[in-house]
Amino acid sequence: MADVCIALIPAVIVSVLFYGWHSLLIFAVSCLSCCGIECVVTTYLLKKKSTCGDLSALVTAILLALNLPPSCPWWIAIIGAVVAIGIGKLSFGGLGQNLFNPAILARVFLLVSFPVQMTNWTSPKGFIADAFTGATPLGMINEGIMNGESVSQILSKSSFSPVLSLFAEVGGSAGEIADVALLIGFIYLLCRRVIKPYITLSIWASVALFSFIFNMINPDLYTGPLFNLLTGGVLLGSIFMATDYVTSPMSNLGGVIFGLGIGIITMLIRYFGAYPEGVSFAILIMNAFVPLINSAFKQRKYGRK
Amino acid sequence: MSVIVWTIIVIASLAVILAAMLFFISKKFKVEEDPRIDVVEKLMPGANCGGCGFAGCHAFAEAAVRAEDLESIFCPVGGVATMKNVAEALGKKAVEKAPQVAVVRCNGCKEVREKTTIYGGTAKCSVIAALYAGDTGCGYGCLGCGDCVGACEFGALSMNAQTGLPEVDEAKCTSCGKCVKACPKGVIELRNKGPRSMRVFVSCINRDKGAVARKACKNACIGCGKCAKVCTHDAITVENNVAYIDFSKCKLCKKCVSECPTGAIHALNFPAPKPVATAPTPAASPASKPETETKPVEEAKQ
Amino acid sequence: MKKFTFKIGGVHPNDSKISAEAAIEPLKISPKIYISMAQHLGAPANPVVAVGDEVRTGQIIGEPSAFMSCYVHSSVTGKVVSVGPYKDIAGREAIHVGIDVSPDGDVWADGIITDNSLDVKFPTDRQTLLDKIKACGIVGLGGATFPTHVKLCPPPGSVAECLIINGAECEPYLTSDYRLMVERPEEVLTGVAIIKCILGCRAVVGIEENKPKAIESMKKALESLSEKNSEFNDIDILTLKKKYPQGGEKQLIAAVLGREVASGALPISVGAVVQNVGTALAVYEAVQKNKPLIDNTITVTGQVSPSQKNYLTRVGTPYKDIIAAAGGLPDGNIKVISGGPMMGRAVSNLDATTLKGTGAVLMLSEEQTKRKPAQACISCGRCVDACPMGLEPFYLLRLSRAGMMDALEENAVQDCIECGCCLYSCPSSIALLDEIRLAKASVMKIIKSRPRK
Repeated sequence: MADVCIALIPAVIVSVLFYGWHSLLIFAVSCLSCCGIECVVTTYLLKKKSTCGDLSALVTAILLALNLPPSCPWWIAIIGAVVAIGIGKLSFGGLGQNLFNPAILARVFLLVSFPVQMTNWTSPKGFIADAFTGATPLGMINEGIMNGESVSQILSKSSFSPVLSLFAEVGGSAGEIADVALLIGFIYLLCRRVIKPYITLSIWASVALFSFIFNMINPDLYTGPLFNLLTGGVLLGSIFMATDYVTSPMSNLGGVIFGLGIGIITMLIRYFGAYPEGVSFAILIMNAFVPLINSAFKQRKYGRK
Repeated sequence: MSVIVWTIIVIASLAVILAAMLFFISKKFKVEEDPRIDVVEKLMPGANCGGCGFAGCHAFAEAAVRAEDLESIFCPVGGVATMKNVAEALGKKAVEKAPQVAVVRCNGCKEVREKTTIYGGTAKCSVIAALYAGDTGCGYGCLGCGDCVGACEFGALSMNAQTGLPEVDEAKCTSCGKCVKACPKGVIELRNKGPRSMRVFVSCINRDKGAVARKACKNACIGCGKCAKVCTHDAITVENNVAYIDFSKCKLCKKCVSECPTGAIHALNFPAPKPVATAPTPAASPASKPETETKPVEEAKQ
Repeated sequence: MKKFTFKIGGVHPNDSKISAEAAIEPLKISPKIYISMAQHLGAPANPVVAVGDEVRTGQIIGEPSAFMSCYVHSSVTGKVVSVGPYKDIAGREAIHVGIDVSPDGDVWADGIITDNSLDVKFPTDRQTLLDKIKACGIVGLGGATFPTHVKLCPPPGSVAECLIINGAECEPYLTSDYRLMVERPEEVLTGVAIIKCILGCRAVVGIEENKPKAIESMKKALESLSEKNSEFNDIDILTLKKKYPQGGEKQLIAAVLGREVASGALPISVGAVVQNVGTALAVYEAVQKNKPLIDNTITVTGQVSPSQKNYLTRVGTPYKDIIAAAGGLPDGNIKVISGGPMMGRAVSNLDATTLKGTGAVLMLSEEQTKRKPAQACISCGRCVDACPMGLEPFYLLRLSRAGMMDALEENAVQDCIECGCCLYSCPSSIALLDEIRLAKASVMKIIKSRPRK
């Protein structure tokens, strides 16, 4: 767990640099409330030894903060923490028992319950960038297509380029803007052998393939692979959320299936759904399939068919 | 307006159809059962502990109804009273059986039984027993991880942190025998409760030779046989270096208790002797002895 | 060069072969030894000596009591002082014969050749060889101490295709097989040739790549031997990748032959017979020198051990004497393990004595052995990846805590080889094997109590 925290540090730094004090406040509130709730519930409600020490609450807290828009009010983070730790994790029986990734569950809960606060992309002033009102690229595309514009028109209007998104020059939640920082975290996790690459890579592959096919069919209506990989929560979700041990399949093949499912559902939501972004929904949906995947793709036993 | 009317009509007709289906199914698939089973089951304690050897109280009731007589069927939890009721309800003869209670036959508390090794594995008696004889010099006694406490469904067992031995709460013990099965060392025995819960037993099962047993644990039975000699009721046998008191023969005279050189024989729940009466006892009996006898559940002490 | 290994699972612990360069030296015979009658897998032997008897080195003191049983020989010359229960390393009682060793040295039983000259010509009659192996009480020295004469008689209908000699020594710390392959390769190979002759098949010696000197010495010896003798023709030396538990019988068969033994079946069902390097040497000594299995090489090692030794030890030597010879027990709480750190058993009673199958006396400090407190299982699947039998240890643990015996059997808990890979790989420090071992024992009991079809 400590390794996951370390891997998240670059993304945290980038979002603080870009979104300033407010971002730091969100991180602090999220961490304090997640760990606090974990501590209070385990000691006083469940009457067990507090499980704060395993750092899993801290990981959830950072992921939750990375999933919130930069300008959201601080109390959103507290509600998110209650949902993530209280409902998403401890009501299932604590670490290792939860069916859904707590941070994702909280994000979806907040998105549905507080749509205004959760889609306000007016960013506060950061340390190295000026404040800007930027809808997320995915939001712009969604809106533009509804107005009858083509993808290339929208993109040229907003001066978006995939390269820029690597270095956090686009609007989005704290964890969606810093692709390079997220990739650094990914490489760190791989080197420390904390995660295996199968889930992440299969999400990327399915997102790329799916959008490539649709982009070929109608480039005016459907965005391309690079755009889809680098915008929104694909990187954050595929590297840090889908690979959560507890809520992902165990076997490598199961992981690939799980990743393919996430990628395809994400793209279906992006292209055909009402929401501009679908990674969190996709992960949540595939989380529910993990027990099935686990029983379908078991390790081959020695000397048995 | 029509929407509301239609809604009411649809839901009401659904209710009628489903009710009809439920009625039909409950008639069609009804399982015929001897009504006496239900009667007997209501008389049971309802603990579903399995102490009788059947899978729960319902299974017990089935067996009781089916059985020719109640010779081999006994509910240890409800005891004689319940069995009497069951016998009455079924018109069969009840078995007379003395009530029993679980007894911990190890008195090697932490002070008198030194650890010879440090065990760092999973803290379960069953795991330790699979690996080796135990972390003290005594390879027979209680391992102290409380498998029996976990097995008891009535909360009658608890670990005494001071002695490191389990203690039986006689009021709660139903003599279902789960702890006996759970103990990998066979330390726990079901013994007759005795009149007014008074009973005498050897609280040790160490089969080592006297010197070895004594070295491992100061409270061990060393198989010296003094108790067997002093017993006038032929209730005590010494086999494999350990004494055993047959509770069906023991007349609770307590002669053996004062004779035991290591204090391995325990007498429980006897009324405190009058202070004057203790004077003639020889010096062998330690002064603290009467104390043990007055405390009902402290078989692990002393 | 192609290196072989098994495919499912496995872990890579640090091999810590710190006693690798210590040449084998005979250990001074203890003044008093206790020889267990339960030396081997199967029924214990019946003692055939009584208190007061004078015994010579190599004399039979225990006779097999069943088909799956073995002769036990006196490993010293002296006077029998006790026949009865004596506590083994786990503190449990077993029948031992206690012998007061005579101070005048060994007087060998009749027929035993005590010179160390190399003799590579052996009789080729199968029954003669088997009788000699049985009479000398040879058991498998790879750990399970399976009676060798039983293993070398395949049940009717099955044919041995390949004899696999286990020189993997995949357990960390152990070096006794390594020293044998470095110091006595000709004798080991002659033993291999004898076993091969009994089975009438080819032979492969599998050695892990972290023992280049052993591979080299065995190859050299094989070359010079096969030039002169045709018996050595069908023997190959195979380099294996380093991976634990490669020395496990089933894993070694998968590594060398690429075949898998079905659950519950014997290795002979896929045409394989596995024997250990030490067993091959014991077979050589039994056939060529008529010498029963009365001594074996025991590694004394560990970072905290005062010295690193490979001792040729008489069977029945008390552990405390071996440790004393190596420099005594270090200060502090020391865990003494009989065998390697992965599969060895803790020695809780230092008065206990070595058996034929004892391979090492390992001393570990408290820091090395202290377990971290277990945390919650996060279903990371590392135990599943590590299990060389393809089982799901985390799931077996869950089932065993719920007491679901039928589900445990369905999930093949009885296939567990107790190698400890799951426990080793768990990031939450859960002692998986502790409880899986228990569950396996209960499931095996249930399976055995079923009526045979």
